[in-house]
Amino acid sequence: MQFVVSSLLNGIAYGLLLFMLSSGLTLIFSMMSILNFAHAAFYMLGAYFAYQISAAIGFWPALLIAPLLVGALGALIERYGLRKAHRFGPVAELLFTFGLSFLAVELVQLIWGKAAVDYRIPSSLQGALFTFHGTSYPIYKGFMMAVSVGMLLALYAGLAFTRIGLIIQAALSRPDMVQALGHDVPRIFTLVFGGGTALAGLAGVIGGNALVTEPGMAESMGPIVFVVVVVGGLGSLGGAFVASLLIGVLQTFMVGLDWSLIDILRALHMEPHAAPALARLSLTQLAPIMPYILMVVILIFRPRGLMGARET
Amino acid sequence: MTAAALRLANVRKSFGRTEIIRGVDLVVHERERHAIIGPNGAGKSTLFNLISARFPVTSGSIELKGEDVTGLRPFQIQRRGLSRSFQISNIFHNLSVFDNVRCAVLWSLGYRYSFWHRLSRLRDASDRADRIIEAIGLSRRRATPASVLSYAEQRALEIGITIASGAEVILLDEPTAGMSHSETQDAVALVRRVTEGKTLVMVEHDMSVVFGLADRISVLVYGQIIATGTPAEIRQTPAVREAYLGTEFADA
Amino acid sequence: MKTLFSRSRLLVLAAYLAVIVIAPLLSPKGYWLSLLCQIGISTVFALSFNMLLGQTGLLSFGHAVYFGLGAFATIHFLRAMHEHSFSFPVTLLPLAGGAAGLLFGIALGYVTTRRAGTTFAMISLGIGEMVAASSLMFPGLFGGEAGLSSNRMTSPGWFGITYGSQLQMYYLIAGWAFLCILGMFALTDTPLGRMANAVRDNPERAEFVGYDPQWVRYLMVVLAGFFAGVAGGLTALNYEIVTAETLSASTSGIVIMMAFVGGIGHFAGPIVGAALITVLQIVVASVTEAWPFYFGILFTVLVLYAPGGIAGIVAEHKRLYDAGQLGRVLQQYLLGLVPFALCCLGIVTLVEMAYVLANSSEPGNAPLHVFGVTLNAARPLGWAPPVIAVVVGGFLLRLVARRMASRGETVVTSLLQRQA
Repeated sequence: MQFVVSSLLNGIAYGLLLFMLSSGLTLIFSMMSILNFAHAAFYMLGAYFAYQISAAIGFWPALLIAPLLVGALGALIERYGLRKAHRFGPVAELLFTFGLSFLAVELVQLIWGKAAVDYRIPSSLQGALFTFHGTSYPIYKGFMMAVSVGMLLALYAGLAFTRIGLIIQAALSRPDMVQALGHDVPRIFTLVFGGGTALAGLAGVIGGNALVTEPGMAESMGPIVFVVVVVGGLGSLGGAFVASLLIGVLQTFMVGLDWSLIDILRALHMEPHAAPALARLSLTQLAPIMPYILMVVILIFRPRGLMGARET
Repeated sequence: MTAAALRLANVRKSFGRTEIIRGVDLVVHERERHAIIGPNGAGKSTLFNLISARFPVTSGSIELKGEDVTGLRPFQIQRRGLSRSFQISNIFHNLSVFDNVRCAVLWSLGYRYSFWHRLSRLRDASDRADRIIEAIGLSRRRATPASVLSYAEQRALEIGITIASGAEVILLDEPTAGMSHSETQDAVALVRRVTEGKTLVMVEHDMSVVFGLADRISVLVYGQIIATGTPAEIRQTPAVREAYLGTEFADA
Repeated sequence: MKTLFSRSRLLVLAAYLAVIVIAPLLSPKGYWLSLLCQIGISTVFALSFNMLLGQTGLLSFGHAVYFGLGAFATIHFLRAMHEHSFSFPVTLLPLAGGAAGLLFGIALGYVTTRRAGTTFAMISLGIGEMVAASSLMFPGLFGGEAGLSSNRMTSPGWFGITYGSQLQMYYLIAGWAFLCILGMFALTDTPLGRMANAVRDNPERAEFVGYDPQWVRYLMVVLAGFFAGVAGGLTALNYEIVTAETLSASTSGIVIMMAFVGGIGHFAGPIVGAALITVLQIVVASVTEAWPFYFGILFTVLVLYAPGGIAGIVAEHKRLYDAGQLGRVLQQYLLGLVPFALCCLGIVTLVEMAYVLANSSEPGNAPLHVFGVTLNAARPLGWAPPVIAVVVGGFLLRLVARRMASRGETVVTSLLQRQA
């Protein structure tokens, strides 16, 4: 029982982290039709900046400063790099962000080395939030959830209720019209890109110490974020939300369940005769590729994703 | 009685809660030249998009040469002999004029997805493409990349691609949009030439083109056809004059 | 109208053939032959990638899947040959790789081509990661961390060729590369090949001339998978070992760079790119640890300023030459040469200093020797010269560029505009 509860809570925390990442990506894509291949790199930079800043002045300032730094960097990159690449079409934009992601990893390795850095959970957030039948649920996971939910609510409120939010929503579907009305659409693009990357940076700040902070974190997180977006449906925030939680919870459960197909068959009182290697694999072993399998299934049966628009 | 090349029965189309096409019945006879006119926003382009399956209908049926084609994909409709042009030139910008047209003839010649035929050796494809290029007057620009063509040349290429497959039913979406008077006259002559013996349905705003070219006219207002008839009949219909033509037309 | 194999093209082919045949004899050093072999393999791989990107407009971040699975299939076949003692001409073994690439293209291509454009790119990444991750889950098939190895010397084949020597291996690679180049080039002149271009330019219009764009893309993925698989087979035979690295994301990334740097808009672009990147990879890597960083910079700068790649730059200069403008352009380049060199030198020094600092074991001392001068990366003052070089060089470069633009010297700007 405690396994179910703790896995559920952990899965939701992880899923919310995924949603923070995929929502930034979805916003950027919906607004600018740019797929930011380097999105996970901004996540990585958020973690590393937070590590450096918290080593200097502490975790709480880092929580505020690091995402802003990452967002500023994102805005600069949009203004001076992405905008140039835009002239040459979507392939060039995608390749530019690809080159960026590559450079970011190299840069991080250059400055902080190839090994993982010791970015720790602050002592004020260590310890258990509550214990449930012997397993304790860490405070920090609760903190992660709180930050994620808080940030996303703020984002929603910002988009729905502020003037700039309304302009952004309008520019989402009719950038030309919004520009004709006198708004500085290129600047809005820069703002959205900076905002999206800041979100990714924030995810890095809170996720980097719970998970691991190393140069490979971008490469391990990046593809999963893309899977979330494909499964949820490109351009759909709601879809990204559902997909993030689904994948987060499912993967966490699978990691904890050391059952193999053979075990399952045996539990159903069926004894398999021939056991191919596939059947001997446990769910734990399959967990890393579960998101991709889910993506394949979705692509076969519902290519537009769970909540995506039909491709005309 | 000539057979119906195209038959629309109670076709409706909604985008969200807004109904754009509100129950259209239309019959276009074989080898007829049929124009669809109407005020801006009436839904003419939407209707074209429905017929050519660019959008799916919300309800109703579309028959092409007696066969129900509702719900088919665009390439399936194209293969059954209906071809359409676009209001904004929809060409293959990196390919030459020649390649643009040749791509449009390939399927009808049966080459399908072949990767074993030497394309440059396919005489029938090259000859057919060259004949069409000559018909649309772009022989001198044969090797030019399509993106470099002038606006009128691109419109001509657009028509060329549309008729290249040899489809019997041709849909032209505002073929003379944005053209000067002389360009329009050339375009009309071109359209008449290349649609000889075929069924033509076109959307047009230029009344001189419509009345000069069309055998029958349908008037689309707010997603419904309020009148169908010969140009003379349409001129007389008071509902049409009220809705669309206005007093200026009464003198034309 | 040029036919597929016009006289000038045949001349180029003959010249290329001559180059391939003579190349190994140019240097007795062992590494030269290995380099040529790697270039040959990369050429086929990069060309197969460009069938998707340049020809069909599909950017795949997971093309290494077909390459790697082709390599694994070939090594398995070879191992089976040794284990079960049956003979098969090793010369034809890359076909096993090709067959694997083809089959996986059929299976995986169906899933990946359900969507197009940006979504396709993401899906290809996901599939690539899935296959790479799976490879560690099935050690029987993929050899786990250590990979799978075998021996390409089986019983003597035709004319007593055993492929024991690297030279024989080179000619095998060269022969297959030549055939694959011919094959992929011939494919560009087929109905499918041309419709792939049409789908790249305007998939909607392609649908309205009777073609299903998804089917066109799918077939191209399958065919590209075949050629990538052949390249995989060649790499299996060449190195006699295949690891999970062969189908990893970094292999997919390198082939993107090769094709792009060479030029995706021209058929020969990836050939140039494969050679250049392979040489850079081996030569630059032997000189500095920072070579991936330089690659990243080169790639990103090209995306922003020359997305047509090297082939695009050459084509542009040929246009200038035809227009009689080449002399003027060269003058401008000369003007900007010194600031550019200064800027580059500064950047390189900065990067190298950073690496030296990161790797130095002595606190307070991280020496870098450049042009007989020793700079200490551990001290802030040591960073001054390269920073100055970058700032001054960059400033002068901008000055030159502005001056050229203001004087109506729009050639360089036209160079920037008429790309890809």
